Amino acid sequence: MRRYSAAAIVREAARHHEGWERAWASPEPKRKYDAIIVGGGGHGLATAYYLGRNFGLTNVAVLEKGWLGGGNTGRNTTIIRSNYLQDPSAAIYEKARALYETMSQDLNYNVMFSPRGVMMLAQTEHEVRGYRRTAHANALQGVDTEFVGPERVKELCPIINIEGPRYPVLGALWQARAGTARHDAVAWGYARACSAMGMDIIQKCEVTGVRSSNGQVMGVDTTRGPIDCDKLGIVVAGHSGALAEMAGFRLPIESVALQALVSEPIKPVMDVVVMANTVHGYMSQSDKGEMVIGGGADGYNNYTQRGSFHHIEETVRALIETFPIISRLKMLRHWGGIVDMTGDRSPIISKTPLGNCFINCGWGTGGFKAIPGSGWAMAELMARGGSPLASAFTLERFREGRFIDESVAAGVAH
Amino acid sequence: MLLLTCPHCGIDADETELAPGGEAHLTRHGPGATDDDFESYLFLRDNPRGVHLERWRHANGCGKWFIAARCTVSLEVFGTYPAQTARPPQHVLDAIEAKRPGATRKLPVMEGAR
Repeated sequence: MRRYSAAAIVREAARHHEGWERAWASPEPKRKYDAIIVGGGGHGLATAYYLGRNFGLTNVAVLEKGWLGGGNTGRNTTIIRSNYLQDPSAAIYEKARALYETMSQDLNYNVMFSPRGVMMLAQTEHEVRGYRRTAHANALQGVDTEFVGPERVKELCPIINIEGPRYPVLGALWQARAGTARHDAVAWGYARACSAMGMDIIQKCEVTGVRSSNGQVMGVDTTRGPIDCDKLGIVVAGHSGALAEMAGFRLPIESVALQALVSEPIKPVMDVVVMANTVHGYMSQSDKGEMVIGGGADGYNNYTQRGSFHHIEETVRALIETFPIISRLKMLRHWGGIVDMTGDRSPIISKTPLGNCFINCGWGTGGFKAIPGSGWAMAELMARGGSPLASAFTLERFREGRFIDESVAAGVAH
Repeated sequence: MLLLTCPHCGIDADETELAPGGEAHLTRHGPGATDDDFESYLFLRDNPRGVHLERWRHANGCGKWFIAARCTVSLEVFGTYPAQTARPPQHVLDAIEAKRPGATRKLPVMEGAR
């Protein structure tokens, strides 16, 4: 793999840009791999990358039924933060945020990580108390956050109307080192790095069955023929239930649609990410100038990857109270992604009832921010059989009642 | 937007008038239930890509619970029936079979209680 660099740009500029290589190879699947990762989204590719980088396991294939990053990796609102309440969540999300800081250098691929700061508005007394508590918890966890007053909110984001009639801004939980990144680039960067290590990235290859013998996984059946493996990692988000059924177990997961939209591009008006959980909306401005807006998840099972208008209305209605400046903007496009919600709204990174088969799912509405940390923990789990970062996120916790209750802590979709 | 007919009051309600209640026909085990029974009742879900029987409440209407048979891929609705029904009525099963041959046999409720 030829490295990307300033010198490479100069070199290619001098010869009509004809020397750029394909970022990753698209080989035919081999008969057998040491490990197969099902799912070529951010989490799956990150798992493969850290298997190679941290554990030297490079006889690995990533199987993707569509195209890389075509699921939720390319459908989220790109927010990265780690201001969680519970220790296991804060640990894995903070690991992820820290890895994002150096990801462009690590992967030699510009993921455009922008630590512009994330502000979670407190618009009720209950939220003020909740976020103060989170700020204290974060201080103990070593996550750099603070609770700021309304004047500081206005200073950081002048377009906010802090004196809204129904939900005035009473303060905010501010994480200065949080931010955004280019979501497609995260998948592409990992894929390129995996390919450079000799792994096979195989797109348009749908897994149709999981083969096992004596309770151990043997391989998978795919639309491109059977492939054997020693270890199998299932990292397919919304479609985890279908894969689990093939592997012979059930999951505490329901798949629902989560929606987002962007406005027409305008000049820079805000350089932070603002989340308003009480009114259920969050907003940031992309580098192209679009206002990127996310809403809440549907309450019913859905695999359509489409949005619906009443959700847009609900989200935008709330946001124009807080950001009057956006009331005249036109919507450019909107979309939906299928998110996998667990019973306690925290993810699962776990062994499964099938031997040498591991699952990483349940990231629900907040998976993008976790990609590097999730891949790091999943790779360690697959290579060593256990990972400190993943130890709380087992499948058994639902049976044993050891929930990681971030749903209550965050109050809403996260 | 989903449109469901409330079997109690007969109104065609859109989804903003309704509150979703998750998978229907779950077995709620009584005293002496094992941890596995509770996990199954509280958390484990079939989450099918296809026909799904699910509970809804006509929250901004008559307030009563009912069950809808719906496809999670096409959002097509096959029928609704009152929540006090142990298994889908024949006309709903027929409507499902007409559009998705063989699908009713895969419904967990048709395999007996879990």
